[in-house]
Amino acid sequence: MADKLRAQQHLEALQARYIGIGSADTTRHEWVNNIQRDSLSSYIGHPPLLQYMSIGLGQSREKTRVQMLERMIQPAGPPPKQQD
Amino acid sequence: MAGPRAGKKSAANGSAGENTSSKQSLSEAFDKDLYDGNNGVDKYAGYNMSIAVNEDEDMEDAGEINGRRLVGQYTASKDMLNEFAHGDTAEDDMLQSREQQAQIQNRETEYQRRRFDRQMSPDRTDGQSYKDVMKQRDLEREEARVNRLIEERERNGNEVLDHKPTLKDGNDDLSQVTGDKTPPMKKRKRRRWDENGEAEPAQIEEAGEEPATKKTSRWSPESKEKAEEKAVEPATAPAPAEPPKSRWDTTALPSAVATPAPVANGARTPAPISFAFGTDISARNAPLSDEQLDMMLPSEGYKILDPPPGHEPVRRPVGVPTLPTGYQGYLVPEQDSSLAMMGKQLPTEIPGVGDLQFFKNEDMKYFGKLTDGADENEMSVEELKERKIMRLLLKVKNGTPPMRKTALRQLTDNARQFGPAALFNQILPLLMERTLEDQERHLLVKVIDRVLYKLDDLVRPYVHKILVVIEPLLIDQDYYARVEGREIISNLAKAAGLAHMISTMRPDLDHSDDYVRNTTARAFAVVASALGIPALLPFLRAVCRSKKSWNARHTGVKIVQQIPILMGCAILPHLKGLVECIGENLNDEQPKVRMVTALALAALAEAAAPYGIESFDDILNPLWTGARRQRGKSLASFLKAVGYVIPLMDEEYSNYYTSQIMEIVIREFQSPDEEMKKVVLKVVSQCAGTAGVTPVYLKDNVLPEYFKNFWVRRIALDKRNYRQVVDTTVDLAQKAGVSEIVGRIVNNMKDENEAYRKMTVETIDKIISTLGAHDVDQRLEEQLIDGILVAFQDQTVEDPIVIDGFATVVNALGERTKTYLPQIVATVLARLNNKTAAVRQQAADLISRITFVMQKCDEDPQLIKLAQALYEYLGEEYPEVLGSILGALRAIVTVVGLAAMQPPIKDLLPRLTPILRNRHEKVQENTIDLVGRIADRGPDYVHAREWMRICFELLDMLKAHKKGIRRAANNTFGYIAKAIGPQDVLATLLGNLRVQERQSRVCTAVAIGIVAETCAPFTVLPALMNEYRVPELNVQNGVLKSLSFMFEYIGEMAKDYVYAITPLLEDALIDRDQVHRQTAASVVKHVALGCVGLDCEDAMLHLLNLLWPNLFETSPHVIDRIVEAIEGIRNAIGTPLVMNYVWAGLFHPARKVRTPFWRIYNDAYVQSADAMVPAYPQPDEEDMKRYELEIFI
Repeated sequence: MADKLRAQQHLEALQARYIGIGSADTTRHEWVNNIQRDSLSSYIGHPPLLQYMSIGLGQSREKTRVQMLERMIQPAGPPPKQQD
Repeated sequence: MAGPRAGKKSAANGSAGENTSSKQSLSEAFDKDLYDGNNGVDKYAGYNMSIAVNEDEDMEDAGEINGRRLVGQYTASKDMLNEFAHGDTAEDDMLQSREQQAQIQNRETEYQRRRFDRQMSPDRTDGQSYKDVMKQRDLEREEARVNRLIEERERNGNEVLDHKPTLKDGNDDLSQVTGDKTPPMKKRKRRRWDENGEAEPAQIEEAGEEPATKKTSRWSPESKEKAEEKAVEPATAPAPAEPPKSRWDTTALPSAVATPAPVANGARTPAPISFAFGTDISARNAPLSDEQLDMMLPSEGYKILDPPPGHEPVRRPVGVPTLPTGYQGYLVPEQDSSLAMMGKQLPTEIPGVGDLQFFKNEDMKYFGKLTDGADENEMSVEELKERKIMRLLLKVKNGTPPMRKTALRQLTDNARQFGPAALFNQILPLLMERTLEDQERHLLVKVIDRVLYKLDDLVRPYVHKILVVIEPLLIDQDYYARVEGREIISNLAKAAGLAHMISTMRPDLDHSDDYVRNTTARAFAVVASALGIPALLPFLRAVCRSKKSWNARHTGVKIVQQIPILMGCAILPHLKGLVECIGENLNDEQPKVRMVTALALAALAEAAAPYGIESFDDILNPLWTGARRQRGKSLASFLKAVGYVIPLMDEEYSNYYTSQIMEIVIREFQSPDEEMKKVVLKVVSQCAGTAGVTPVYLKDNVLPEYFKNFWVRRIALDKRNYRQVVDTTVDLAQKAGVSEIVGRIVNNMKDENEAYRKMTVETIDKIISTLGAHDVDQRLEEQLIDGILVAFQDQTVEDPIVIDGFATVVNALGERTKTYLPQIVATVLARLNNKTAAVRQQAADLISRITFVMQKCDEDPQLIKLAQALYEYLGEEYPEVLGSILGALRAIVTVVGLAAMQPPIKDLLPRLTPILRNRHEKVQENTIDLVGRIADRGPDYVHAREWMRICFELLDMLKAHKKGIRRAANNTFGYIAKAIGPQDVLATLLGNLRVQERQSRVCTAVAIGIVAETCAPFTVLPALMNEYRVPELNVQNGVLKSLSFMFEYIGEMAKDYVYAITPLLEDALIDRDQVHRQTAASVVKHVALGCVGLDCEDAMLHLLNLLWPNLFETSPHVIDRIVEAIEGIRNAIGTPLVMNYVWAGLFHPARKVRTPFWRIYNDAYVQSADAMVPAYPQPDEEDMKRYELEIFI
């Protein structure tokens, strides 16, 4: 019991710092969102990768960057409807 | 009646009025304040005031006429038997004292106990406005003033004493705070006889239900008062007048516990009765019956008075056990306490609460209701709520930790539903209980804290009540209690708001009781720190300038004094405002206000140092001129302020202002007042510390007077001043120079007074250790050594101070000590031979402190001489001394070197082997250190067989309690293995893996790890792996553990052994035994971390495959090790590979599967989120698609 509580607190503390971590109750949608955002920020964070993609897309790096930033809003579409 | 009491010490001490016992003193008039006239003239003067408790014995002795016995006596006389039963020589009742020690009130000072005098004000909801409260305070003050006046006159003797009424108003003694005849506890009480209800009884009260006695007769129901009256009236009848005093008060003894408002009437509540049922027979079991009274008192010449109007008959408490052994009188059956009287023990289980840790007698008062067995179905919602809270509180206060936790949570969560009234009406009286213990108080305060947080502004009507209960915490001796009190008050301030706090606390600022004012000031400072100084400043300004009463000004300044003490340098932004606020009070007409103002300025300057002098500009002049004008105590406070302000000034000013004040300070050097001495010493050291004061000035003006007044023998005997003088002298030396100060005191080391010698040695030690001995000339040097030798030799009580001083002086003089060394060595050698153990120990300790200097002076022969002497003393029987001797030997070996050591190492070490068996910690530590040093530096001096013997002895050391010893032993194994090769040592260690004791096995495993590290792993690994084949769990586990330590120590070297060790790990990881797999996992972790990036991925992947199924272990230790191992492997083979294992289980239908998989995922995410990006799965679902990755040029 105490152990479970501690694990819970530990998880909450971690989650406060790293938004992308999950638990057994994480839904697929949340997880996919995190994956997508992490991927996008990783592309932005590695300049060579960003350069490569920009060349492929035929646009400036800045433009790709902004596109990616904007895609971080609901990267996996709107949240699924709550089933009642 | 009196007989059984004889053994009770507290009762026997005729005048034990204080709360040394938990019981009400039997010999003290309970209602003294009612009848004693209180006019300074004792009505009973001339009578024998106390009755011997062992009255029966007196009766027996009645046969003795003129000291001559009629019958022979063949037994020890009573006086002999009772010689140590009473008075100062009395032996304490151990059990009783232990119980009492836990109670808070028993370590409180008289002043702190005055908290019981405070009365909980009624709620502010009942229409009692701020105005009413202020009016009431005015009235109280006026009463106090009048009483003081009356008392004054009486003291002067110009008052007619005849017409003093015996029955007087309870308020009369308000003014008696200072008088020594009335203990403060009796000072204020509820005014029962106040008919106007001006002081309403506090709302919080336990209602006692029924009057104590049923029968109506001429005696009842106020037998107590009447009897007293009856006894008192005929002053000419001494015989009956004596006994009543101690006996009749006790009639009401147990009853008073349940008088209304137990919290408020401090004077009336008797000391609590804490004894288990049936064990205490000192208290009266039942009221005296009317028949008894009739028998005891003469019927003529007395009148039975009517009870005073408005008097409430005292009631019986519920459940206080009262039935004594052997009581045969008529007993009025009482319905409520019948249970207790039938011999029912205190319950440990309360219905609806469960098993408690304890249940005290006093708890019955508050929680008795829970045991009455009433039907809850018939109760109203309010009653149910009350009971619910009562239960929860009882659980919090007396329950086991888990009970406490849940109850506290329930109280917190439901706080708003319960409402503040229901909660505080129960919590606050509990906190005012006299027998409260620290733990209980802590828990209750915690409840208040939590509840406050939830109630928020609903708490307002109760602010004052809470303050009355919490303020005493602010002056508790216990630091944590003070912190708790501060926290509560600050939360309270935040919840209630500034305006409400001010209007609640304002009336207490000029309260007639200085205890109330003091605690209120502290509480106000807390409010200031909670709500910000600027918010409170306008109010403070107004209070400090109050025209109405100096008490308010005094308290206002006191608040300003407390703020910097509480907040430290955080006052700096508001410093100017605070100083301005109190500046004018420096010239107040009341000396007390001037004093506290100076103290407040000192506190402000102390907190502000070294900044903020500009804020003090305005008060510098009044402060300095004030200091010239004041005398006595207020001068002390002014000087204190001056002392704290001077360090803030720049050079020029500090010089000027110091010279202005120094004259007074020097004059006050002669003051006999302790406080003044403390202050001037502080001022001197503060002045000496400022840049503006020159050494020349100090030498010319201060030092002569200073040494004349403070370096005298008397100071050395006074503990408090001792420290101050030493510190101040050290501070003076910082400025005036070492030789100047040391030169003046060096001769004191040869003084005949030992305390004085020690004080000198300590001062010189401190001066020289901070400033060095560079400006000590030849002459002073001689004096120093000479003096310190005298001080060292003439000790009667061996004290570390002297030896510290000796070592400091010798080390500071360095090579200059050479000339004196022969003398020192001779002294030490002589003392090594002393018959007192402490002397020998000190001599050995001194050697270990001065070997370094001796070596620097090229005195190796002397060192050798000492070493030989010490060697002779290795047979020492006192372990403390033996430890010191070993320490000294080690120090000598360190400086001389093994080669030059005499006696030679090969003789020394065999002598040490048996000493290794000594179990004393100090001996163990010093031997292992010495042996380890020899094993490290010169293992060749000793034969290998001797080292093996030492190895065996060392195994026992692995069991030592002290970590340092175990570590030293482990390291020594490493050195020895290096010296004689690992084979034999390893064999010994592997054998030790078979022992039962876990700690020993663990340490052996560590030692094997160390041996493997020092002798290269390949020398150890084959034997170790071979040992794993022994079909014994402990051994295999030990081997795995050793491997784990080994791989931890060897780090990257691991890569050479990965493939060799893999089959073993394979076997271990698929073992049935959990612990086996756990230990194997920790080996895997260290191996994996050791070979990160070293091309061993295939082996790691193999191990990961074996590890992975263990993920479903539930035991916390096992799963932790497994997860760590997986993390280690993730580092070795890269995140993506491990993630391939993880994806499978993240969304598994079974939660038991998902949970550990997410744990691995989270760990990976925290440590290497970026490395996961390429490894995310790429399913075909639309939202999972990452189109960017499909770009291809």
